[in-house]
Amino acid sequence: MTVIERREVALVDLLDRLLAGGVVVAGDLTLRIADVDLVRIDLRALISSVSAQVPSPFEVLEERR
Amino acid sequence: MNELRYVYAVCRPFEAALQADLVGVGGAPLKQLEHGGLVAVLSRVPEADFGYEPLRAHLEDLDWLTATARAHQAVIAALTTVTCPLPLRLGTVFRDDSGVRTMLEDEGDQLRELLARIDGCVEWGVKVYAEPEAQQAPSEPAAAGQAASGRDYLRMRRTRQQGADRLWARADSFAQELHTDLTARAAATRLHRPQNPELSRATGRNILNGAYLVGRSQSEEFVECVERTKDQEPGLRVELTGPWAAYSFSDPNGDEEEAW
Repeated sequence: MTVIERREVALVDLLDRLLAGGVVVAGDLTLRIADVDLVRIDLRALISSVSAQVPSPFEVLEERR
Repeated sequence: MNELRYVYAVCRPFEAALQADLVGVGGAPLKQLEHGGLVAVLSRVPEADFGYEPLRAHLEDLDWLTATARAHQAVIAALTTVTCPLPLRLGTVFRDDSGVRTMLEDEGDQLRELLARIDGCVEWGVKVYAEPEAQQAPSEPAAAGQAASGRDYLRMRRTRQQGADRLWARADSFAQELHTDLTARAAATRLHRPQNPELSRATGRNILNGAYLVGRSQSEEFVECVERTKDQEPGLRVELTGPWAAYSFSDPNGDEEEAW
């Protein structure tokens, strides 16, 4: 299958992948930018608002039973 | 102006040329840096934007983040047409070329292992949404306030609650079955956190947000399998995204299925 159909990608789908995915390599330690934590911590604000408001429905269902 | 190196992906060396007009973050031309049988695809970025502190500040700015994420994705998408790139985390920056080389040297074994794992594969995203409103609207023409009596009101409320409970239960088993089915067709899977409707602007509640690593040759069958489930269940919606580069399968602890 040649699967190269390109549509505008939804930002939220992209952020799922760019912020929670992608290889984390040890970066230039003098600068510490590629450091794991930097990107994670700064974007946690965005991501954690997701988790607080939209908990995993699987868990919710478990609680209800 | 001091410039840093923003690295998008690591690939095996590839022959095919990238499209000539392809640029990276901030419109800078792309470069390839080869070391030890690995190629880092990078562009120069200003330290004024990508140094430690400015980057910290920028990452809080959704417009900046959007532009950067889109530029990153454009490079990865272009690479996907000529090779099977291993995407790096957004905002991976090095001081200079020798910093990039050091990374390729130090992380080489792990990078080669990851490249082998995703070789010949693409990532598909599958999301399931439950839409309780869409489900209930027809069976409940009168608003609660118009109930004839208190007892009617309570009955109505109970019926509505039971309907919602049934939908969640159905959504749960549907999503789990679909995930199991798709997992059997995938080389690897990863569950992302359900999406925030404020960010996605999607209607309904996101129940499943899965990523599936699938061989290119198995992709058609995979997509058909997902398409068949669409409109299968009232009140539930299935969405397919992709093909993506293997963003969600770049964790060396690949056995860990959940991303959160």
